[in-house]
Amino acid sequence: MFKILKYSFYDLARSRWSYIYFLFYFILALVLLFLNHDLSKAVITLMNVIIILVPLIGTIFGVMYYYNSREFTELLLAQPIKRKSIFLGQYLGIAISLSMSLLLGIGIPFVIYGLFNSAAIWDFSLLLLTGVFLTFIFVALAFNISLENENKIKGFGYAVLLWLFMAVIYDGLFLMSLVMFEDYPLDKLSLIGTMLNPVDLSRTLILLKLDISALMGYTGAVFKQFFGTDTGLFTSIGVLFIWILIPVKRIVVRVKRKDF
Amino acid sequence: MIEIRGLSKKFKKNEVLSGLDLVIDKAGIFAILGPNGSGKTTLIKAILGMVIPDAGEIKVADSNIKNSPDYRQKIDYLPQIANFPDNLKVRELIAMIQDLRGDSKEANNLIDRFDLHPFMDKKLVNLSGGTKQKVNILLTFMIDSPILILDEPTTGLDPLALIQLKDLIQEKKHAGKTILITSHIMSFVEEMTDEVVFLLEGKIRFKGLIQKLKQDTNQNDLEHAIAVLLEESHV
Repeated sequence: MFKILKYSFYDLARSRWSYIYFLFYFILALVLLFLNHDLSKAVITLMNVIIILVPLIGTIFGVMYYYNSREFTELLLAQPIKRKSIFLGQYLGIAISLSMSLLLGIGIPFVIYGLFNSAAIWDFSLLLLTGVFLTFIFVALAFNISLENENKIKGFGYAVLLWLFMAVIYDGLFLMSLVMFEDYPLDKLSLIGTMLNPVDLSRTLILLKLDISALMGYTGAVFKQFFGTDTGLFTSIGVLFIWILIPVKRIVVRVKRKDF
Repeated sequence: MIEIRGLSKKFKKNEVLSGLDLVIDKAGIFAILGPNGSGKTTLIKAILGMVIPDAGEIKVADSNIKNSPDYRQKIDYLPQIANFPDNLKVRELIAMIQDLRGDSKEANNLIDRFDLHPFMDKKLVNLSGGTKQKVNILLTFMIDSPILILDEPTTGLDPLALIQLKDLIQEKKHAGKTILITSHIMSFVEEMTDEVVFLLEGKIRFKGLIQKLKQDTNQNDLEHAIAVLLEESHV
């Protein structure tokens, strides 16, 4: 697996898109920090961008890589290695190289700005951590989609739909259900609802860490009680882990029986 | 070498292979022929473990291929389409395959033969189709395995490279390898191969020497002999 990982990482790390992705974050973080001079505001703005953009880039890159390397994957399948190693190697190659673009792109400007002397370092680390989690989750989901669809266009379509659902539609449905059932106690339900979507979960996690939950009213207080504590933090990170493990497990099971 | 018993495969409702038996137990060059959709590619992919059969058993060098991927150490495969990771250099790709298969003594020799030296440090995305195909051939032939499977090896080659490919195949034959080739180009098949395996509707319609096929069908060249086989099957 590590051999495949090594070479697909080499390949991706040199790809033009990795640089564009890196530069985007680099410039964004630089502008936010040096025009704004407020670290926690910069973190919030970055969070809003990361939470939408990371899943989008993760899914599109994952699907694109899978379809582009189909013939090469066939060549690898004819080598004396397990299928599992091939696909996990490729998966990790993409997820790690995307994570690197994110970490370096945002990390370098923050270090230049003097992050290590600032109290915001924990908020910032949490932001990067959730960004990495989201990358791993959405690349894994993208692989699942492409393994199911031989047709490239269909695969792309489903991938974009998945992103749209997770990043936009889910929130709408969630909000609507809260409005519809507003006569009932909703704190538990909304807590669970948040857990079921990694995008929402990441957002809530960061917002509550940033101590602006007072904006969120009563439900916010319930959330604060949960996410604000260490148990909440670790549960959420645990849930994000599960969000990686299940799709990855499914990749492993699926490739065992797939015809190429 | 290769032993296939009762191999069947359906893709959805489309039955591609139906109870195919095939034994290839000696060295030499074997052409797998058949019209489009006759199951050539599926057969090759089943031997390579890319397609998982619905029924039947495949043994390569006496070990059932279901048990472990290690049997593929004995097979070199030349895929039909050469498409490699864009941003790797030719040198790195060669290193990668050696990483997976073990070191090759032949690699440098083949780089000379195909004049690939100027391309070694170029990214694969910048190579022309013909050069990619040469790299593809190099990756296959640099490994020394008892079985070679070549899927449409002539695609996209210039005449010079084609001659070199033919030489390489002959060398492998004389080194005692078993070589399976699929091709649509009958003159290539007639020139290169000893035996043909003709597939039709998921079964083997003919297996034997080209000479015998011509005699059976009363034809002077392979193309017409194949045409006769196809016509007979429509009756």
